[in-house]
Amino acid sequence: MQYALLIYSRPGATEALGDDEQEAVHRQYLELRELPGMLGGAALHPVETATTVRVLDDAVLITDGPFADTKEIFAGFYLVEADDLDQATEIAARIPAARLGGSVEIRPVVTGP
Amino acid sequence: MIEKVFRDEWGRVLASLIGYFGDFDLAEDAAAEAFAIAAQRWPSDGVPDSPVAWLVTTARRRAIDRLRRDRVLAAKLRLLAAEPDTAEPDTRDSMDTTAIPDERLELIFMCCHPALAVEAQVALTLRAVGGLSTEEIARAFLVPPETMKRRLTRAKAKIKVAGIPFSVPSDPRLPERLGAVLAVVYLIFNEGYGDPDRPGLAAEAIRLGRVLAVLLPAQPEVLGLLALMLLHDSRRDARFDGQDLVLLPDQDRSRWDWRQIAEGRALLDRALLDRALLDRALLDRALLDRALLDRALDDARAASGPYVIQAAIASLQAEEQLDWPQIAVLYGQLADRTGSPVVRLNRAVAVAEAEGPAAALAIVDQLDLPDYQYWHSTRAELLRRLGRRAESRAAYQRALDLARTGPERRFLQRRIAEI
Repeated sequence: MQYALLIYSRPGATEALGDDEQEAVHRQYLELRELPGMLGGAALHPVETATTVRVLDDAVLITDGPFADTKEIFAGFYLVEADDLDQATEIAARIPAARLGGSVEIRPVVTGP
Repeated sequence: MIEKVFRDEWGRVLASLIGYFGDFDLAEDAAAEAFAIAAQRWPSDGVPDSPVAWLVTTARRRAIDRLRRDRVLAAKLRLLAAEPDTAEPDTRDSMDTTAIPDERLELIFMCCHPALAVEAQVALTLRAVGGLSTEEIARAFLVPPETMKRRLTRAKAKIKVAGIPFSVPSDPRLPERLGAVLAVVYLIFNEGYGDPDRPGLAAEAIRLGRVLAVLLPAQPEVLGLLALMLLHDSRRDARFDGQDLVLLPDQDRSRWDWRQIAEGRALLDRALLDRALLDRALLDRALLDRALLDRALDDARAASGPYVIQAAIASLQAEEQLDWPQIAVLYGQLADRTGSPVVRLNRAVAVAEAEGPAAALAIVDQLDLPDYQYWHSTRAELLRRLGRRAESRAAYQRALDLARTGPERRFLQRRIAEI
C-alpha cells in the first residue's frame, strides 16, 4: 500500500535546538529518504512564503499566505510504500517533527483506477 | 447446544476466514452463510466433531463458489484453484482442527487498533470476536441500530482503506497495543457493571477476558484483568437491592459468587507468581523459606501493572475483615503507576477507614475533579463524618446533579435526606 506521511511542524521547534541537534535532525530527515519503500516527498519553504489561490466566478483571487493562525503548519511530506498501517506508523514515528511538538498525519493514497 | 457453539466459535471462524481471504466483509458474509447452513443441517445431521473446522471449510467453499461467479474478483484471488468443488462437508467427516490455526489474537488486535475510534473498537470487538449481532450491540449501548450499523461499516472501511493489519504487533510494540486491547475489554465490562439493566456486557467482557487468557497465558496483565473482572462481578447480585445500590460494607456476603472469587484469586496468584518466579535461583530458595516467597510476592505486586494491582485490591475487598492500610498502600502504588486523580480519590477512601476522615479529606481536597460525581460524593461522606453537615449536604447535592443512573440518584437522595 502507498501512504502519504504529511508532516505538520511546530514553528520554531527546530530553531530552538542547539546547533548539533539541528544538524542531527537534518540528517534524520535525509536518512528517511534512503529507507526502502520511500517513493518521494518534499520539504516546503516556511508558510510566510505561501500564496493562496481561489477562483470565484472565473476571477482568480490571490492572497498572501493562509489566513488562519495555526499551532502546527504543513511543512512537507513523504510518499512511502508499506505493507500496512503499522509499518507506515513505524516510519512516521521516525520523522523528527513528530517528537518536536508537531505531528504526522498518515493518509492512504488512492491507487489504481 | 447449537446456539452455544455459534456464540463460542464465531470469533474463531471469522478470524480464520479473514486470515484466509484477507477481507473483513467477505469473511463476515461467508461466516454468516456457514452458520446459517449449520443451523439448518446440524439439528438433523448432528453436530460435527470439530464444529470450527466444519464451519470454516463450509464458509470457504461457499465464498469461493460465489467468487467464481464474480469473475473480476476471482481473477484477483489466485487461491481459488486449490479448493475442491463440493458445497459443504458431511457433518460426520472427521476434520483436523489443528489445520485451522487459531487467529483470534490477530482479529482482536485488528479490532482494537488505536487508529480506530474507541467506540468503534468496542463495537467491532463485540461484533467480530464476541459474535454479538449489530442489534444486540446497539441495544447494549443505547443507540439506534442504524447508528451502530454505520459505526461498524465505517470502522471496517477504515480497516480496509488505511491498511490496518490483521496481525499481532511485534515485541517492542506489544505492551502498548495490548494495553489498548485490555482497555476495550475493561470498558465493555464497566458499561455492563455500572448498570443493572445491562448485565450482559459484563458477562461478555469476562468471556473476552477468558479468550485473551487462553491466547496470552504468560501476560500478567491479561490474567490480572480477568481476575479483576471476576472479582468485581462476583458481587453483582449483592450490589443492588432491587434497583437500589448497596455499598460494599453493607452487602450480603452470602450473595457473593464465591466460586468466581476463588477463580479470580487463583488467576491473581498466577499473575504474581509468574513475575516473582522469574528469578530461578530465588525460586529454589523460596521453596524452603516461606518468608522469602512472601517478600518476592510483595515485590512482584509492587512491580505489577495496573490491572494486577486492581485485582489485588478487589481480592482484599472480599475479605471478611478489610485490611484498609494495605488497600491504601495498593491504591498508592496504582496512583503512582497511572497518575490518575480518580485512583488518588479511591486511596483517600481507604485512608478514611485506616486513619480517619480528616486525613482522607486532606487528600480529597488536593484533587481537582469538579465534574466527577464521586469526588463530590466522597467529599460529602467525609464531611458528614466530620460533622460538617451543611457542607456535606451541598457536596451530596452537587454529586446528585452529576449522577447518571437511577440507582445512584436514589442512593444520593437517601443520603441527603439522612443528614
